[in-house]
Amino acid sequence: MIARLTPWLLALGFYFAFAEQLALGTNVLVMILLTLSLDLCLGRAGILTLGQSAFFGMGAYVAGIVALRVTEDPLIGLAVATLASAALGALTGALILHTEGAALLMLTLALSALLEEFANHATAWTGGADGLQGMKLAPLLGTFRFDLFKHTAYLYSLAVLLVWFLVTQIVIVSPFGRSIDGIRQSPARMRAIGTPVWWRRLCVYTLSAAMAGSAGALSAQTTRFVGLTTLSVLVSGTAVVMLVLGGTRRRYGAFLGAAVYVLVQDYAAQINPFHWMLIVGILLMLTVLFLEGGLASLPEALLRVRRRESKR
Amino acid sequence: MTAWITTLLDGLAYGMVLFIISVGLTITMGLMRIVNLAHGAFAMIGGYVAAVSIDHGLSWALAALLGSAAAGIAGGIAEIFLYRPLYRKGELAQMLLTFGLVFVVTGLLTLAFGVDFQRIPLPPSLSGEVSLGFRSYPLYRLFLIAVGALLAAGLWLGIDRSLYGARLRAAVDNPAMARGIGMNVDRLFTATFVFGCALAGFGGVVGSELLLIEPAYALKHLVTFLVVVVVGGHASFKGSFAAALLIGSVETFGKFYLPSLAPYVSFLLVLVLLLWRPHGVLPAKSLS
Repeated sequence: MIARLTPWLLALGFYFAFAEQLALGTNVLVMILLTLSLDLCLGRAGILTLGQSAFFGMGAYVAGIVALRVTEDPLIGLAVATLASAALGALTGALILHTEGAALLMLTLALSALLEEFANHATAWTGGADGLQGMKLAPLLGTFRFDLFKHTAYLYSLAVLLVWFLVTQIVIVSPFGRSIDGIRQSPARMRAIGTPVWWRRLCVYTLSAAMAGSAGALSAQTTRFVGLTTLSVLVSGTAVVMLVLGGTRRRYGAFLGAAVYVLVQDYAAQINPFHWMLIVGILLMLTVLFLEGGLASLPEALLRVRRRESKR
Repeated sequence: MTAWITTLLDGLAYGMVLFIISVGLTITMGLMRIVNLAHGAFAMIGGYVAAVSIDHGLSWALAALLGSAAAGIAGGIAEIFLYRPLYRKGELAQMLLTFGLVFVVTGLLTLAFGVDFQRIPLPPSLSGEVSLGFRSYPLYRLFLIAVGALLAAGLWLGIDRSLYGARLRAAVDNPAMARGIGMNVDRLFTATFVFGCALAGFGGVVGSELLLIEPAYALKHLVTFLVVVVVGGHASFKGSFAAALLIGSVETFGKFYLPSLAPYVSFLLVLVLLLWRPHGVLPAKSLS
């Protein structure tokens, strides 16, 4: 039980031990949520996508626009952003999920690129290349003010992450989750035993879009800025990299991958902004070639090697 | 009317550049069925090698040759050490490894050359204008159209219609059986991959006036190259030829006549084409 809770205890420990690094910590939490959303879609359901940025960016922009024009309440902004992303997911998913493989990959790419162009040109709403600035947020639940040192932002993000984590854990063990597993392994067989494959895939896709939208909203609210980069292909690529680095379909794979990625990027970028591409690229290639289960499977992999050694 | 013809020629020239670069991807991703996101990285390697060669006083033609050779050699090394372990591992692993390769190449080239654009100046014999009767037109763009058309014809004869092409398709469809009848599948794959990457390098050099060589090249144009292959239909040279020309022309016409919609046009085209025909506009018939 304690072992299962370790990541959450670490996250709380981080809050007390590294009080001056909470901006970085909040970023890690947001990225974990984004990666978790991708694990549901790509890891569990096997939907090959490079379009997660569309939902992340949608959530970020909607949260920003709500804060600037409607209400400064963070929870309302989060809810509206999540619903908007879910709606976008359902709409685009219904359009593209009958395809598979490379065509699906291209369609997700094209959709997110379209949305990015749209945000670039709808300057009245999105601020175009300048992005959305000057957001103000009311205190969370009317009591906790969003301070400069990100104390509230960190704990707020952690709470949202916990809620979504519990939702995914419930979904995964549910009959619905089992059928999603089956669809990844063989859509044809699942169809043969009467599973509505397209509909189930659409449901997962929409849920995943909602989660990514929440992550985007958190990113907008905690940094008080939304830029075009939230919609760029690089966000989708980064999410995939973090997921695979940590390990797909593992309880805390997304946590490990996102944390390692953001920390490595932060450290390498301090030396030279292009170093991180090199380092992340090498990490990614090593993971794919030698550690199929990602960093989360490292202990098992080492154990296996040792057992083989002792057998000799 | 003349404006229309000029725009059409511009669109064809741009489409040919897309074709010359992407056709290598039609080989590696279409025929060999590897999800290869690193194609632009090999094109970029070709461009950098050519730029350095010209800096050292070599002629443009020699630089183009060296660039293609370097891209081919880099592709061969990558195939043997990186791609080969992945043939059986599925699309996701291939997508990720090649994505990582793009990052590594981009990072290394930035370390070596910085983030600036690399110039590959055209030779005097290609940089003038020729008279078309009604107006003059840059020779370079006509050269691109000719090269693209020749390449398309050559590949159609050399791969679609040759014993080599038949062997390759057989080896991809059933490697075990191909080995069983005595074909050296590993060597065939390496050679094909080298060829595809050399074509990428050649395209990178030849098209460098339209798609400028910089470290971000591989990521920036990744989607465009993939679109040509996927819209054209996997493994179909005719398909990617048609797709490249269609996308090049539509994008160029869009820029001239609908500038406010131009950024959407090509993506909308991709969306419509792929929803209409998920397996490409002209899918190859030999593959099921």
